[in-house]
Amino acid sequence: MYIYMGHMDYKQTKPYEDWFWEKNRINLKRAFVSKVEPDSSSILLDSGERLNYDELIIATGSASNKFGWPGQDLKGVQGLYNYQDLLAMETSTKGIERAVVVGGGLIGIEMVEMLLSRQIPVTFLVREASFWDNILPKDESEMINRHIRSHHVNLRLKTDLKEILSDKNGAVRAVLTGDGEEIPCQFVGLTVGVHPNISFLKDAGIETDKGVLVNEKLQTNFSNIYALGDCAQLRDPKAERKPIETVWYTGKMMGETVAATICGQPTDYDPGIWFNSAKFMDIEYQTYGYVSAQLKEGEESLYWESEDGVRGLRIVYDSTSKGVVGFNSFGIRLRHKVCDEWLRKKTKVDEVVSNLKKANFNPEFFKNFEKEVQSQFQSTK
Amino acid sequence: MSKEGFSISLVNPNAPGSDLVQKVGIGISALGLLSMLIGATGPANQDPSFYFWTGIMTSIVGFSIYILRTFLHKTESQNNNHIFNSSLTARGIAGWAFGIFLTGFYIVLYWGPSSYWDNAALVTMFDPISQTIFGFRADRWFLYGFIYTVSILIMGVRAILKYRHDNYQIIRTCSVMFFQLGFAFLLPLFMKAMSQPEFYFSYVWPLDYDMLWPDSVDGLMNAGTLALWLLIGSAFITFIATPILTYFFGKRWYCSWVCGCGGLANTAGDPFRHLSDKSLTAWKIERWTIYPVLLFIVALTILLWVNSALEGDIFGGFSHQLTKGYGFFIGQLFAGVIGVGFYPLLGTRVWCRFGCPMAAYLGILQKYFSRFRITTNGGQCISCGNCSTYCEMGIDVQAYAQRGENIVRASCVGCGICSTVCPRGVLNLENGSTHTDRENDNPITFGNDGVGLKF
Repeated sequence: MYIYMGHMDYKQTKPYEDWFWEKNRINLKRAFVSKVEPDSSSILLDSGERLNYDELIIATGSASNKFGWPGQDLKGVQGLYNYQDLLAMETSTKGIERAVVVGGGLIGIEMVEMLLSRQIPVTFLVREASFWDNILPKDESEMINRHIRSHHVNLRLKTDLKEILSDKNGAVRAVLTGDGEEIPCQFVGLTVGVHPNISFLKDAGIETDKGVLVNEKLQTNFSNIYALGDCAQLRDPKAERKPIETVWYTGKMMGETVAATICGQPTDYDPGIWFNSAKFMDIEYQTYGYVSAQLKEGEESLYWESEDGVRGLRIVYDSTSKGVVGFNSFGIRLRHKVCDEWLRKKTKVDEVVSNLKKANFNPEFFKNFEKEVQSQFQSTK
Repeated sequence: MSKEGFSISLVNPNAPGSDLVQKVGIGISALGLLSMLIGATGPANQDPSFYFWTGIMTSIVGFSIYILRTFLHKTESQNNNHIFNSSLTARGIAGWAFGIFLTGFYIVLYWGPSSYWDNAALVTMFDPISQTIFGFRADRWFLYGFIYTVSILIMGVRAILKYRHDNYQIIRTCSVMFFQLGFAFLLPLFMKAMSQPEFYFSYVWPLDYDMLWPDSVDGLMNAGTLALWLLIGSAFITFIATPILTYFFGKRWYCSWVCGCGGLANTAGDPFRHLSDKSLTAWKIERWTIYPVLLFIVALTILLWVNSALEGDIFGGFSHQLTKGYGFFIGQLFAGVIGVGFYPLLGTRVWCRFGCPMAAYLGILQKYFSRFRITTNGGQCISCGNCSTYCEMGIDVQAYAQRGENIVRASCVGCGICSTVCPRGVLNLENGSTHTDRENDNPITFGNDGVGLKF
């Protein structure tokens, strides 16, 4: 995303300098794996080369979803997951007049932002009634709707894709929506979720469902084969957690867990309090703990929004014990360690609200939001 | 685009690279430069006012129009769009041309023959403003001071607009504009006009390297009471105020709030800040260049005093050579020609990072005795690389952030841009309550309950 928008070049997106791998005795090999053969503890590369292993970690991430739409494989139609996708997007969006992005999630909105950076008008088709409303509560979701529109995006809610239409050269010419409207465009971003990228494991004997099935040590049915990140599916996830979590943070934690195990310290995967983050154009989003789109039975919440409608804070708490369950913040930076501690201790919402300053991670001289939240909390009590 | 009916846009959503107002602004500015060019070939000596207004002021006004228009319609997330695609800011042809132009300007400024500068029409053009405000004729140093200050002011306004969502950047930019205009331009020149020493308040020893040398100290001591107080004041800043302020706020109080070099880097240099080298090799070079410069200037200053006390017994005439050599190689070649001339090629803080003895001194204080740190927010880093890319000091901020580690580095000038460009709210400049709790080296992702490290 940042490469496409010209904020960074490829080199700067690497997490380590190139010497890192060799210095740490990691043999970085660029190839595709065509087959895994657990019986002989080896893998076969597309080059025909065979590599033997003592322990194998499968961390192949996701692949973009496509739901069998007519025209989904036309030129100029793609998802956005890896560097190859980025290069394809660079080529397919040169000099075009309009783009359509299908699917209202985190990749979708990033793709919209990317296209806008090239002054390409975008129509954003979102199936749901409001942006990302299966995750965000109504207020937050509406804030993001407004924000998307303020960036001159043609946001089309409750609109799904029916068909992608071709021109005579096999490239996209337009999309047809569920209600029969034809929207001309020369590029279609399909950002309707991802699925574990494990098709190369077919017939390998490794048990899979949607993802590679793993136990609490992230081991597959072969004790020397592990899977982690987007492609792993936990057989027995913790309460409140999903079997497949396609976020960076859990992938990182899984990596640390497997590393500990392989280095002789058998360790169960135990992600603590859930957290995540995103950025919707200008609005940063952080979440800690569990805030669901609709309040659960026995939960209450406090929601504050700034007058200009671009900053917001939601605190969800248990209606009986008053202990806090989750935070959503928009345009406000919260301190991870403080939120984490409050959530672990189930600190009472009164105490959290009166100590909000401790969780304020905004840079110096930023306008305080605590007072407004506190007075709103007092008045609704 | 007739199907555009459902857009709720108030302005044209297909805004091209530059609109009419931007083009007009740049056009006016170009006319101003043309007039300056013509004036500089001689005519400005006959009619300085004409070329001051049609040249200097016109280009300033035109450029301001362009800046205002450009940044008023950009939102926060669009600020860095296409920096790596633009020839000027991505070391393309325009970047090289601008870098060579700047470097050439510094060479001519420092080492051009007096025969040129003493009668240069380019300088005469600045007479109207010099005469009006200070009552003396412009010389090449007035020209330089004026351009330097105007660059900080105009590009300061640009920085304020660009970072207008971030109060830290707004206030900090106002501060460098204030110190440059007041303490490094108006005050020293007023003092010169009143036959007092031309004293640059915002530069202190060891950055202002000859301030505490015997000759300049003698000069100040013989120049009246005011000068004596200035001398005492600047020694106080160097030896007492600096350690105290740095303890509480880090080196940023000076490097990115007061100093003119930092001021220019953070305003005029802002479009080039990402060009600094982030490699480990660059960090190694930095440590081998900046501390020797500090050592050298400290040793030189001490030796000069000993020499002067012994009435030249140690060096004799050689001390003159040494001071001249430092002035030439460090003061002019390093700080000016390379430090600023190479902005479009090496980034903005080359001097501050590799050479400035004041930064070295502040850095040692910051690393070992300061409450300042950049806090990493738990496990929130996504390793996107924006912080490292936009760090003008070439610190690989991401290397720390992705390990959940706070950043405590001697070189950090506390400009705060890493925090500004972070898309996930991971970095924050903080003055803690003590200097001992700053470093937290535990690379396991915060919140990962399963894994503990045995130390």
